[in-house]
Amino acid sequence: MSTTLMGVLRNFHDEYMRNTPKRLKMVDAYLSYVLMTGVLQFVYCCLVGTFPFNSFLSGFICTVGCFVLGVSLRLQANPQNKLQFVGVSPERGFADFIFAHIILHLVTMNFIG
Amino acid sequence: MMSAPVLNYRTRGWMRMSVEKQDTLLKMAVLSLAAVLSFSCRLFSVLRFESVIHEFDPYFNYRTTKFLAEEGFYNFHNWFDDRAWYPLGRIIGGTIYPGLMVTSASIYHILNWLNVSIDVRNVCVFLAPLFSSLTTLVTYHLAKELKGPGAGLVAAVMIAIVPGYISRSVAGSYDNEGIAIFCMLLTYYMWIKAVKTGTLFWSTMAALAYFYMVSSWGGYVFLINIIPLHVLTLMVTGRFSHRVYVAYSTLYVIGTILSMQISFVGFQPVSTSEHMGAFGVFGLCQIHAFVDYVRSRLNKVQFEVLFRAVISTVAVTGVLVLVVLTALGKIAPWTGRFYSLLDPSYAKNNIPIIASVSEHQPTAWSSFYFDLQMLTFMFPVGLYFCFSSLTDENIFIILYGVLSIYFAGVMVRLMLVLAPVMCILSGIAVSSMLTTYMKQIDEVKTEKKKAKFEGNYFMRSEIATFFVCIMSVFLVMYTLHCTWVTSEAYSSPSIVLSARGHDGSRIIFDDFREAYYWLRHNTPEDAKVMSWWDYGYQITAMANRTILVDNNTWNNTHISRVGQAMASTEDKAYEIMRELDVDYVLVIFGGLTGYSSDDINKFLWMVRIGGSTEKGTHIKEHDYYTPAGEFRVDKEGSPTLLNCLMYKMCYYRFGQVYTEGGKPPGYDRVRNVEIGNKDFELDVLEEAYTTEHWIVRIYKVKDLPNRGA
Repeated sequence: MSTTLMGVLRNFHDEYMRNTPKRLKMVDAYLSYVLMTGVLQFVYCCLVGTFPFNSFLSGFICTVGCFVLGVSLRLQANPQNKLQFVGVSPERGFADFIFAHIILHLVTMNFIG
Repeated sequence: MMSAPVLNYRTRGWMRMSVEKQDTLLKMAVLSLAAVLSFSCRLFSVLRFESVIHEFDPYFNYRTTKFLAEEGFYNFHNWFDDRAWYPLGRIIGGTIYPGLMVTSASIYHILNWLNVSIDVRNVCVFLAPLFSSLTTLVTYHLAKELKGPGAGLVAAVMIAIVPGYISRSVAGSYDNEGIAIFCMLLTYYMWIKAVKTGTLFWSTMAALAYFYMVSSWGGYVFLINIIPLHVLTLMVTGRFSHRVYVAYSTLYVIGTILSMQISFVGFQPVSTSEHMGAFGVFGLCQIHAFVDYVRSRLNKVQFEVLFRAVISTVAVTGVLVLVVLTALGKIAPWTGRFYSLLDPSYAKNNIPIIASVSEHQPTAWSSFYFDLQMLTFMFPVGLYFCFSSLTDENIFIILYGVLSIYFAGVMVRLMLVLAPVMCILSGIAVSSMLTTYMKQIDEVKTEKKKAKFEGNYFMRSEIATFFVCIMSVFLVMYTLHCTWVTSEAYSSPSIVLSARGHDGSRIIFDDFREAYYWLRHNTPEDAKVMSWWDYGYQITAMANRTILVDNNTWNNTHISRVGQAMASTEDKAYEIMRELDVDYVLVIFGGLTGYSSDDINKFLWMVRIGGSTEKGTHIKEHDYYTPAGEFRVDKEGSPTLLNCLMYKMCYYRFGQVYTEGGKPPGYDRVRNVEIGNKDFELDVLEEAYTTEHWIVRIYKVKDLPNRGA
């Protein structure tokens, strides 16, 4: 196996495409979209300034929150992690995910001003 | 009830239940008794005096709760109070932690909606005992998660009566700590559940509990530092798992945005150094989880290449960014109050106001034993048991215990934070030890062999029985101590004093309320009252008059101005009083009754604070001492002291009063001397009211003379 940086990355990419179940790939696509929106918001804030700060914070924290919750869902849905999450089926994970999202979005709506 | 099919048991009565039901019944009985005990133990002052709010700070909370109950949440949130800190005013909506008031107002509204007509005052007085019962229940659950139900029960009973917690939560002590301890333990319980199960549900509940904690007390900073510290410890000891990642990331993100909903907290979670630890650990979590994921995909060699390339860039940029931001001032450094926890001498040298509060002094050893008794030496035993069966949760409680010990040693007020963890660890200790030794008593009676024990040692059953007796004696002594301490030391309302007369009868000193109600009924609505900042909250709540400075102490310069007025001669003080539009001046004087927390004993702090700003540089502390360096109020006292406004206000007409048999007139019973400057007249003030035992004295500021000088 090649040991250059590019070789390693290509290897990683191939292995990912081959071995990841479809469900997890969907979650990964969602995560990368959320990451993009977060980066966009941050760049916009750097360009335009931080007024009103609470709106920027609520939007940015919302993207960070969605990202973190998405990663948590992915961890819980991955069958390889079953031993670590005792008694948490993927359906239970998804229900918790929705509950957390409701709270997150309620607070964001309140904070956005 | 017992109509189940009759089974052939030889034993009678309650033994007809199955073992699980007996177990549940016992647990519920013990828990309910503990909850009732914690409520009733705090009622001493209500039984001895009346249902009244104690001390100083609770009066402000009571006044705001009344406002919230009457005016509604929107007006409360936008309240600008012009009756305090004249002429500056105070934005109450944005400078308090509303959790306490909202809780009380909700309970008040719910009870009244159910047609249980209870006054706001009674809700406020009994809120702390109610929440202490709830704390007992939460402590049971928390200790149960850490060790087991036995430990939970012992911890619950211990926290029901521990003096360290009772001191701030008696009936009538209506302060933030009353509900803050409940919120704190609830957050910890949810956090432990989240770490154990790794579900998003418990993590979100932990975030909601954290929000309740933030809304109730400024000590939430402790939580937002100890939870990341726990995660960091788990990372360092190699116990970082997906569960911890889920728990902490969710808690941090949702908890932070929730905490910023409280106006007083505002944007602090993203801009002050106290919160940066949590942010750093959050970043570390993400990196750690991502690294774990990549490592599980690649083989070793490839991973090394990738790792080294990325880690160097990321780490260097991260540290650079943080340093630059702090240097530019975008991230505020540690504020004075929290900085003094790390460097205890900081407040003494730089900020006299923080240093003067008696609750902020370092703790003496005797206070530890007084507040915790048996728990002080059960605490290391509990730590040992936690170390011997090390799990993710036990690491948390170990960290919490060790950190609280440090903080409780720095500031007396933080003894309150130490009490719950002491109870939990002692509960674990007592329960584990009793379980071990109880088994050994049974061992000899039954015939079963247990391979675990190292064989029969001499008199095993007798030693075990002896040990169990000793433990019972400890627990009984603990109970006696706690009840005695609660009754003697922590149940005085401070606003009503009582003493025993010569014939043993009880004399009540109700001077404070007498004076405040005099002010309320005999002065114009817009009169402005000047007093030292301790009494500000009580004056606004009971007398309903505008004041200059109160216990919030947010404006050091204004307090310093009042201090200058109190410490200067009458003429200079008159200038300051005219500048501030003062109509009445109020002082507390204990010389007639022997009440030692009066203004003359606080006078040196007034001098220090008065002299600490620019306009007060002419006030120097050593002017008020005798040449020998003593603070005396008799003939030997310094002339500056004997002629200042505070002295004159306290001792006006006192020179003709006989206070004790065999002593000359004007004998001060607190300082135990005859006063030096006796027969003087006041030029710029006239005496308006002195209470029955001369504890509160009110003076009216004379208007400018009609004719020119």
